[in-house]
Amino acid sequence: MKTLKTFYENIGLPRLIIGLFFVLLVVASLFLGFSPAALFSDVVRRWLMYGTLVLAMVPGIQSGIGLNFGISLGISSGLLGAVLAMEVAFVRDWNGLYGAGSPWMTLLLAIILGVIFAAIVGTLYGMLLNRVKGSEMTVSTYVGFSIIAFMNIVWLSLAFKNGELSWPLQGQGLRNTASLSGSFGGLLSNPDVVQRTQPEWLHWLAFRVGDFTVPMGLIIVFGLMCFFVWLFFRSKTGIAMSGAGENQLFTTSSGINVDRKRIQGTAISTVIGAVGIILYAQTYGFLQLYNAPLMMGFASVASILIGGATVRRARISHVLIGTFLFQGILVTALPVVNEVVEIGTLPEVLRIIISNGIILYALSKTKGENQ
Amino acid sequence: MSHKTNILKKVGSFLFDNKVMIAFAIICVGAIILSGSPMTFVVDGVFTRITRNTFTVLALIIPVLAGLGLNFGIVIGAVAAQIAVFCVVYWGFEGFNGILLTVLIATPLAVLFGYLVGKLFNRMKGAEMIAGLILGYFADGLYQLLFLVIIGGVIPVNNPTLIISHGVGVKNTIDLTGNLKYAIDSVRMLDILTVFFYAVVAITVVKGILHLAKKYKLTKGDFGLLGVTSLLFGVSYIPVIENFLSTDRLVLLDAYTIMLIVLAVIQIVNIIKSRIDKQPAAALTKPVLLLVLYAALYALSFHPAVEEVLLFVKLPVLPFLLIGGLCWFNQKILSTRLGQNMRTVGQSISVANASGIDSDQTRVLAMIISTVLASWGQIIFLQNIGTFSTYGAHTQIAQFAIASLLVGGASVQKATNKQAIIGVILFHTLFIVAPQAGKELFNNAQIGEYFRVFVSYGVIALSLAMHAWKKFRKEPKAELDDGGIAGKSLEPVNNDG
Repeated sequence: MKTLKTFYENIGLPRLIIGLFFVLLVVASLFLGFSPAALFSDVVRRWLMYGTLVLAMVPGIQSGIGLNFGISLGISSGLLGAVLAMEVAFVRDWNGLYGAGSPWMTLLLAIILGVIFAAIVGTLYGMLLNRVKGSEMTVSTYVGFSIIAFMNIVWLSLAFKNGELSWPLQGQGLRNTASLSGSFGGLLSNPDVVQRTQPEWLHWLAFRVGDFTVPMGLIIVFGLMCFFVWLFFRSKTGIAMSGAGENQLFTTSSGINVDRKRIQGTAISTVIGAVGIILYAQTYGFLQLYNAPLMMGFASVASILIGGATVRRARISHVLIGTFLFQGILVTALPVVNEVVEIGTLPEVLRIIISNGIILYALSKTKGENQ
Repeated sequence: MSHKTNILKKVGSFLFDNKVMIAFAIICVGAIILSGSPMTFVVDGVFTRITRNTFTVLALIIPVLAGLGLNFGIVIGAVAAQIAVFCVVYWGFEGFNGILLTVLIATPLAVLFGYLVGKLFNRMKGAEMIAGLILGYFADGLYQLLFLVIIGGVIPVNNPTLIISHGVGVKNTIDLTGNLKYAIDSVRMLDILTVFFYAVVAITVVKGILHLAKKYKLTKGDFGLLGVTSLLFGVSYIPVIENFLSTDRLVLLDAYTIMLIVLAVIQIVNIIKSRIDKQPAAALTKPVLLLVLYAALYALSFHPAVEEVLLFVKLPVLPFLLIGGLCWFNQKILSTRLGQNMRTVGQSISVANASGIDSDQTRVLAMIISTVLASWGQIIFLQNIGTFSTYGAHTQIAQFAIASLLVGGASVQKATNKQAIIGVILFHTLFIVAPQAGKELFNNAQIGEYFRVFVSYGVIALSLAMHAWKKFRKEPKAELDDGGIAGKSLEPVNNDG
């Protein structure tokens, strides 16, 4: 009985509800005759698609800035890197010159550019957050909104030559959604794309087992990202950063510069966000510009909270569990709901209620000790 | 000499205190000139938006006073109003009666919601703003669940004009033409005056009875009010004036003239008073100068361009009276016991608790008042705009209201009626002219539209950051003062390099 109680306390009521809800949905979908393999390859795909963005929350929380709603800064940096890389690839005609190597080079360039932008922006952002200690979340939410609105103006004024990015016949402004099919879309996760564009010896990147799709490339990349973050928090710098987030007084007295650690944490979070959005676009097959990333920060925050993180502590396991549950519910809810009640928008409504409900719950747990 | 530097200093501090507003005013003027829109269009648009939005912006002031910051939770008040509007339209009520019923349904809902929000905020002291923001999204989710699934899905509702064709969920837009559209705007001045007159008579009679029962003492003011209203009511029977009052819209020129006359009368009364009291002649300078200013302002209305604008714009009367009434309420509440308690709680919860104020209850009350006012504001908004966008009408309300208030120069801790009204004017001027200005400047109207969205987010981000920075710099001192009450003494500021 006692172990059951500690078990319950460890999990917490919201995770219990969400977990049971997920199980219920899975059982329902099986009863309704959906193919479990197809359903689960969708869950896994979405899990990995959002995983890196959620992973970006970990350094933010650990370094003490709380839930990083300002991840939009990283997302915008990543998107900027991606569109620049695609434009360079088009202007230099990488497809004609390098063939199968071209998407790889585009992806690499996109990540490099995104990381550089994110590192700069993230450092500045970290400096801002050091000046608003105690109100980081409120400020970062609106900084995030502002940067998306600002980037809207940027997207609208860029004049690119690549026809997949820019509106035809206008000479100015980028599309709302740009297809990545001629570039790095699905390179790590879509078996069809891999078979069409890549040589035989790379076909293991994404393959099918029956109905189940294994996005091997994406699993490896996401796994490596998680591993590096895990490793980082076992390094001297990482431990110092966790310390800075946990107890400022103790850390200061042991000679660690808390402000510097917070800036580092914010910058790393922003950089992972930039990589995250590129991996997201890679899996999704489209680059979503303008207001599409506006609420992505909220989804990431909700995911890690569902996984069991608090505004002060977060682990890699929280990222994995949280993203799996959150995306799992969203993926399985759609067919089930459509079969049962024929209201197509219900999963979207569920998403809004679950994600914001869990954030509210986490905030109420802090009892105002921290914003 | 010292007099001169004094004035310079005053001007300097005025500029500094109002920097946000001044910067915004410059942007607005620039955008108007760039856009090349006719002034009739701009002024008419701004007045329409003042009618629609000011009430909601004014609803933000009381939570600021009570230390709850900018109330992002007003979305919930708007949701209460929209549920009521849906019920009233569904039941088929119309006109002003429909509005009264809407208010009757929306108010208890808003009280309940405000109470719950207040309770929740008491669990998250210091994080009210982020909580309110998330709460707004959360409430939006529940609202969608109600309107998309429960109405029609659980509660059987049969109305093909309101419900989606397969019988579950409410349609995207509900047309209010013919039922609630302009139901507040189109109330005639004559009716307002009549109702006001009877209300004053009734109140005075009650007061008179209380006076006879020795529970209340009638004052000169009571008789004065009765006299003035009776006079106005009597005058309204003169045919010319009756005709004038039977309309529901007031031409801006008339409103302008009436306002100047009222202001002038107040100054003349001041002059006469000071003459009777035999005050020194210097006391006359200000009233006389003001009179000259009013005369000049009136003369300005004869300028053809100004006259054209003043004749073009027509104001709905009742919404403006309601806005005025709310300003008066916000001002009056300061001098009541509740208002004083709110102020104390807003300054320091520990001080308030120490002096015997139930700070939690005061905060809940502030939230209830704000939520109710926001729901009324949303009713005014919807009846003016005439189409009820079921899933969109409430989503941006907190965003725009808060941005307006901040543009007027308010902050997280201080907000006044004046700032709210100036803010609404500036913010919506930019909203009206930005697309056209963007088109002239970049040959792309959408850039202007995105620019105004950027401004509305940016001004909130900037204001929140400045507030947090100020608070953060003050905090170490405050901790020494109250001995680290909130357990914050464990988080000192690290300032070594």
